Amino acid sequence: MELVTPTIGLVFWTAVAFVCLLILLKKFAWKPILAAIHEREQSIDEALNKAELAKHEMARLTAQNEELMKDARAERDHILKEAKALKDSIVHEAKTQAHTEGAKLIEKAKIEIENQKKAALAELKSQVSTLSLEIAERVLRSQLEDKAKQQDLVANLLKDVELN
Amino acid sequence: MDCSHVFEFKVKRLIVVFALFLAFLSVSSRVFAQADTSVVSADTAVTAAHAEGAHGAGHGEEKFEPTKVIMEHIADSHVWHLWGHLSIPLPVILYTPDAGLEFFSSGNFHHGEHDYTGSKNIYRLVNDKIKIVGADGQADEAASSKILDFSITKNVAAMFVAIAVILIIFISVAGAYKKRVGKAPKGLQSFVEPIILFVRDDIAKPNIGHKHAKFMPYLLTVFFFIWINNVLGLIPIFPGGANVTGNISLTFVLSLFTMIIVNINGNKYYWKHIFLPNVPFWLWPLMVVVEVVGVISKPFALMVRLFANITAGHIIVLSLISLIFIFKTLAIAPVSVAFVLFMDVLELLVAFLQAFIFTLLTALFIGMAVEEHH
Repeated sequence: MELVTPTIGLVFWTAVAFVCLLILLKKFAWKPILAAIHEREQSIDEALNKAELAKHEMARLTAQNEELMKDARAERDHILKEAKALKDSIVHEAKTQAHTEGAKLIEKAKIEIENQKKAALAELKSQVSTLSLEIAERVLRSQLEDKAKQQDLVANLLKDVELN
Repeated sequence: MDCSHVFEFKVKRLIVVFALFLAFLSVSSRVFAQADTSVVSADTAVTAAHAEGAHGAGHGEEKFEPTKVIMEHIADSHVWHLWGHLSIPLPVILYTPDAGLEFFSSGNFHHGEHDYTGSKNIYRLVNDKIKIVGADGQADEAASSKILDFSITKNVAAMFVAIAVILIIFISVAGAYKKRVGKAPKGLQSFVEPIILFVRDDIAKPNIGHKHAKFMPYLLTVFFFIWINNVLGLIPIFPGGANVTGNISLTFVLSLFTMIIVNINGNKYYWKHIFLPNVPFWLWPLMVVVEVVGVISKPFALMVRLFANITAGHIIVLSLISLIFIFKTLAIAPVSVAFVLFMDVLELLVAFLQAFIFTLLTALFIGMAVEEHH
């Protein structure tokens, strides 16, 4: 029975000591420890949330980049296509222009050649006529200077006629 | 009231272990009881042999009384026995209506062989109790019953040691928290933090809910106070070895605090549950009595559970050691030591478990008192 009977002394000292312990620990241990743990947990939570946000942001940015790349590629293709078309049209135009220009030039040249030819021919004709006249004159003159020869010629001519 | 959630959290395994332990304890106590009867018979045999033995051998080999030894250990004392004949005298503080407060060392009693003369009374140590010696030279029971003994006994001193240990541990840990703000715990801090988190997340939060922060200091203090005292009680040498938490006075105070805290924080639903229970009106007289008894019986169970568990542990360990002296042979020592080792390991678990259960039930009672709706 003595074992299960509380004694006043131990009850008193336990109460006093426990209350002191509670107050001391509450002030100097539990408050800072629990606050620090709570703070750390919050900062970890925050960090995790931030990491999650960053991950989302990253994914968003990647998607955006992808989109931009796609757009850029499409734009590049479009520009290239346009440029090609433009080039083709320019080349074509240049070609036709060159063609017509060339044709024109050829036409002009032909006309010029024709004209030059005509002029040359005319000149040639007049010169030929003059030259022929001069030659004829000289020939006639030289032929007419020698009587004997003339006679021979005539005689030859007559001979030919007889033969015929 | 729905307590099913108690069984749902992580420590389910602990509870299973506890149940196994209880089963084992009942078996072992039966074995112990049998051993006790055999011991008694052996004792009588020894005394019979002594009685029959030659009177010449009467230099009187001191008879070993295990019950006395064990009860001496279990009970409180005015001296702290270290080893052999060495013991530390402890201060005696007495209050008597006629002499007021008196303060002297228990060394004055010389283990009960001398009386101490105070200012008005003569005191004598009888079976570690201080009695007033009457005019006839005998202890005056009537006067002795008026003594209020506030002495720093062995249990009080051991409790102070435990409190010093707790303060040193936790104030240094708190310092570490202040020094290493936001960093991972280190050293003692990393040993203590999981236990604090265990108390918070597995004891306080599931049972009390969002209001748990207010009760955390009490729960943590109770938990570590019981645990450290239990563990120090397992250390056989000074300054451990005292049966502090196995003393009904200490468990009485702790459960009294729990009762006060529960009832101070009880809200209107709690009081309505007690005085206007949700039963047919003709059952009210019965239910109110039952509920009021429940208010007392819950902390009473806490008190007895802790006291009985720790005292039982000490008794078993001491009984096993006593076997060596009962059989008066060293041959039994290996068996005894093996069993004591086993019991000590078990007691380490029990030391934690009892602290846990006391705290858990305190949290549960607080939770029931502050619960918002029914």
